[in-house]
Amino acid sequence: MSDETLKKGINRSDDNKMIEIIGMHKWFGDLHVLDDIHLTVYKGERIVICGPSGSGKSTLIRCINRLEELQKGKIIVDGTELTNNLKDVEKIREEVGMVFQHFNLFPHLTIIENLTLGPIWVRKAPKKEAEEMAMVYLKKVHIEDQAQKYPGQLSGGQQQRVAIARSLCMKPKIMLFDEPTSALDPEMVKEVLDVMINLAEEGMTMVVVSHEMGFAKSVAHRVMFMDFGRIVEENTPQEFFDHPQHERTKLFLSQILN
Amino acid sequence: MVQLPRDNNQTDRLRAPVIRIGAWQWLKSNLFNGVFNSVVTILVCIFLYKIIPPFVRWAFIDSLWLSTADQCRAGDGACWSIIPANIRFIIFGFYPYELHWRPTVAMIMLISLLFYSKNRNHWNTSLGYIWIAGLLIMGILMRGGIWGLTAVESDQWGGLPLTLMLSVFGMFAAYPLGILLALGRRSKMPAIKTLCILYIELIRGVPLISLLFMSAVLFPLFLPAGLTVNKIIRAQAAIILFTAAYIAEVVRGGLQAISRGQYEAAESLGLNYVQKMRLVVLPQALKIVIPPTVGILISAFKDTSLVVIIALYDILKTTRSVLGNPSWMGFSPEAYIFVALIYFVCCYAMSNYSRRLERELHS
Repeated sequence: MSDETLKKGINRSDDNKMIEIIGMHKWFGDLHVLDDIHLTVYKGERIVICGPSGSGKSTLIRCINRLEELQKGKIIVDGTELTNNLKDVEKIREEVGMVFQHFNLFPHLTIIENLTLGPIWVRKAPKKEAEEMAMVYLKKVHIEDQAQKYPGQLSGGQQQRVAIARSLCMKPKIMLFDEPTSALDPEMVKEVLDVMINLAEEGMTMVVVSHEMGFAKSVAHRVMFMDFGRIVEENTPQEFFDHPQHERTKLFLSQILN
Repeated sequence: MVQLPRDNNQTDRLRAPVIRIGAWQWLKSNLFNGVFNSVVTILVCIFLYKIIPPFVRWAFIDSLWLSTADQCRAGDGACWSIIPANIRFIIFGFYPYELHWRPTVAMIMLISLLFYSKNRNHWNTSLGYIWIAGLLIMGILMRGGIWGLTAVESDQWGGLPLTLMLSVFGMFAAYPLGILLALGRRSKMPAIKTLCILYIELIRGVPLISLLFMSAVLFPLFLPAGLTVNKIIRAQAAIILFTAAYIAEVVRGGLQAISRGQYEAAESLGLNYVQKMRLVVLPQALKIVIPPTVGILISAFKDTSLVVIIALYDILKTTRSVLGNPSWMGFSPEAYIFVALIYFVCCYAMSNYSRRLERELHS
């Protein structure tokens, strides 16, 4: 599939908004980690966020499913505003899948149990149905033969693919990726990125914190650069990599792309 | 990229060297490797030579197993006869003699239930019902009063049934209570958190004996006139409350060992608090703390012997009563060794089982 077909046709109308962040601020003590963030993500859109460590990019996407609380501003996910109401938070978490840097699989459960936990307990799916669905997703990430093993018996790349499948089993409308490849050995990065590209081809709405610039170029609709809690620059991948506007972005790109 | 040649032919690889040593070599390297170690080895050997043969002679060769007390006094060896001659009082205390079959059946039921529950494949809801039914029948057997069984008041209960009852109920009730306290202590709600901390620190700050005294002496003062709570139940409550505080701190340690990522992964799947704890966090945390938890349960089991100070006749107290009988006076080593063996068998079974459980849960 060419890059153009992959990126075509995002309907940027108001009723197609999946995530809307308006004037979000967050502080850790005195540290202003998120400073007036405005961001709208439309259905089917893929956004890659990059930036130096400590720039607030992880915190930003962790706010989207309330793993972090914001202190000012508003987040609306799929029409529901994130508030302190636990019911709303749980409802949004059902719709938003999250993939972590360190996989965070449940080590005391087998792979198939990891995948069926959410569907059985949150979606109230019958066990057999949940297991069938889990096998479908395991096939999709090419590890259906590991279903009965425990996470500790798998390589890092396999674990991350299981983690992606685990999120997909909840049939989320949005997938968040928090540096999904940065804890992996170099030879395993590709197998995880391939799974993510497949997901993109299916039209999943994705927000990815990553420094994989190749992935950003081929898959993202928009690339954002964050520094000191602000979105410094935001553009199409083409423009972003070929004509970065800010000095800070240029410096960062020159370091990361050497 | 260049493919590196990969040699899978094991025969060409270097094997780890096999070292064989003979008995003499082993002795030399383990027991006599240096002047100090040689001296220690020799001293220990002399000590064992002085201790073991006389003990074997006393306990086995010269001992009497089924004799009267007078025959024992004539002999030089151990008088194990004190056990068979008084076994029924040691085991059952003041429970009516002709009704001893009832606590016997109850104990056999309890032990079979424990054995049945050892297998993790049996852990399901029906096991819960089996336990409830079993406990009910045991209670009826002990207490009587219906089905044509003669009623036996609980102040006549004693010996091994009492020890087992206090400890088994103590453990099974204290464990979940301890988990709740540990979760409460980590709660974000200040009221719950403060209450749990207060409870844990207060209970851990006093010895079990003082709690037992309070349950026996102080507690009835607060009850409305005419209402009394059985002394055994009061002691049982004291043991449960005491053990739970210690369990809580151990479980809290386990909870702290679980990484934040596990909580976040569970939350991002949409699991609520109860599901998150029950399905993700507690299974891992409780597994980590199996060794210290079993340590607490074992000491709780042994601490049940402290109920003697509020005049309950547990197995240690019944044994001491036997020693108070003039004809059997003076044979305390034999009697105490016997009771120690009973305690040891129970505790050893517990620690053995915990090790097996750890192995099975190892993943």
